[in-house]
Amino acid sequence: MSENNLLKVENLRTEFKISRKKSVAAVSDITFEINKGEIVGLVGESGCGKSVTSLSIIRLLNDTSGEITHGSVWFKGSNLLKLSDEEMRQIRGKEIAMIFQEPMTSLNPVLRIDNQLIEAIQLHTEYTKQEAREHALETLRSVGIPDPERVSRCYPHQLSGGMSQRVMIAMAMSCYPDLLIADEPTTALDVTIQAQILDLMQGIRNTRGTSILLITHDLGIVAETCSRVYVMYAGRIIEEAPVDILFSDPSHPYTQGLIASIPKLGLEAESLPFIPGSVPDITMMPGGCRFHPRCRYAMEICSQKEPELISINESQKCRCWLKTSEYSIKTENGESRK
Amino acid sequence: MQTSTFIDQPIKKAENRTKYYFRKFFQRKTAVIAAVIILIFLFFAIFGPQIAPFDPSLPDYDNLYGAPDAVHWFGTDEFGRDVLSRLLVGTRNSLGVSLASVLIGAAIGTFLGVLAGYYGGIIDSVVMRGSDILFAMPDILLAIAIVAIIGPGIINVVIAVAVFTIPSFARIMRSATLSVKSSLYVEAARSIGCKNSRILWVHIFPSTIQSMIVNFTMRIGTAILAAASLSFLGYGAKVDEPDWGAMLSSGRNYLDIAPHLVYFPGLLIFIAVLAFNLLGDGLRDTLDPKLK
Repeated sequence: MSENNLLKVENLRTEFKISRKKSVAAVSDITFEINKGEIVGLVGESGCGKSVTSLSIIRLLNDTSGEITHGSVWFKGSNLLKLSDEEMRQIRGKEIAMIFQEPMTSLNPVLRIDNQLIEAIQLHTEYTKQEAREHALETLRSVGIPDPERVSRCYPHQLSGGMSQRVMIAMAMSCYPDLLIADEPTTALDVTIQAQILDLMQGIRNTRGTSILLITHDLGIVAETCSRVYVMYAGRIIEEAPVDILFSDPSHPYTQGLIASIPKLGLEAESLPFIPGSVPDITMMPGGCRFHPRCRYAMEICSQKEPELISINESQKCRCWLKTSEYSIKTENGESRK
Repeated sequence: MQTSTFIDQPIKKAENRTKYYFRKFFQRKTAVIAAVIILIFLFFAIFGPQIAPFDPSLPDYDNLYGAPDAVHWFGTDEFGRDVLSRLLVGTRNSLGVSLASVLIGAAIGTFLGVLAGYYGGIIDSVVMRGSDILFAMPDILLAIAIVAIIGPGIINVVIAVAVFTIPSFARIMRSATLSVKSSLYVEAARSIGCKNSRILWVHIFPSTIQSMIVNFTMRIGTAILAAASLSFLGYGAKVDEPDWGAMLSSGRNYLDIAPHLVYFPGLLIFIAVLAFNLLGDGLRDTLDPKLK
């Protein structure tokens, strides 16, 4: 593990029990890393396992039937999956914090904002209530909330979505964590507020050096904020690339389809290109490569054996038979295309 | 950090919560009437002995089984005692027993239900199967069985009624906890590193109180009935202590010659139970966020 590395997830596999004996893997073979001060994107369609991945990292799967069955999560040199519940509780909020998709429902409706912030601060510091209150106001101010004294006395239902998300970010940032996991932080917000929240997160990265794992399905947000991107499909990471390369030269057919389906300004087209079919049901995953039923380059091998995530150059990785040495030539000749 | 124009909406001016609930509650006429009746009963319970026109245990052998008249509004009983005074004084006993038993039952039931809902697993199974067993027996039979085991007396009636109040609270609080438990803010609380106990009592419990309040009022009605039934059967208050159920019980022997001995206690029990049930309905409608 290099000096600069903050989080390294290796071969993570999380399974959900669907009946007494049977369980299905929501995600498996998830390997990725986040460096210090880096904003990394995790993109994919709904249901591809993005949120399960993030919840697995901070071990918040208790309430579900989910269970991490394989792999390791290295954070600052220790394996989070091996820590006791109490040690893990110390890390949550202090070292790794999380913000959620729905800011309006992420705050407890029966507690005032200041009490929720003070709670978060006092959990991990030795501050007295008064000190914690001052720190809370300071944090609220730092996330761009005007008049923090007044906002801090409000109940969550009195705040707008954008304000609530700022409060959530303030709460997450109150103990200066090293890693912020943002699970679709802007999905529930309208576009102008989205931009403000993304600005705010980038600002936090710049001033505090916080690493951010940004989970989203919005490629526009990825292009704006992230430096590196992992693309997920049906519980697998299928591509890793720096953000500029992802958009200019996507390697996996799925990513290519995604990028092609983004509407482009000034380009007149009858209809946008799209990927045919839909995401496979988690209980009925196709054999071989999980994307092959929808892939226009699918070959025989694709339905038989799942490809590994392989490096195709120094910064890009791809999970596709087309990128392996045995099969790449064939496709260039067009022989095995269906 | 934030330099550009700030175009978030201003904070909504929200109506004071308490005021809002009061306004909503006062729109429900039956509930308001029920609340007034309950307040009157509470007044009797507190000041009954002071406002009673006669000494409730003073016999008057010249006026046995007296029909209601200008002096004895509700008539007199088999010892010539004033029925109105006995009812007024008995309010404290009857309401006190039911309030105390529901309080105890609610406290225990809520505690168990919240734990069962939050932790699930073995705790959940034990608590829920336990309440299933209690639920399987008719309320009053269960109470009689308990009193038969631990003996008669006011305190034991309270215990008996409390025991059969527990399962209803356990069930309701469990389901309320389950629905709040899966909400995002509980997950958010966990993501900042809250302990289980804190999540349970600070984040989940306050959101379930509404269901508890409603059930509380409803159960008081049932408890009044049960307490009265137990006294009626002779398990409750001592014979000379005024108590609605006991009065109903002794009055029943003279139903053919002095029906007022049964009418008035029965009517009072009926009104009290109805008032608590209507108040419970009104509170449910007021506090349920889904019914706007």
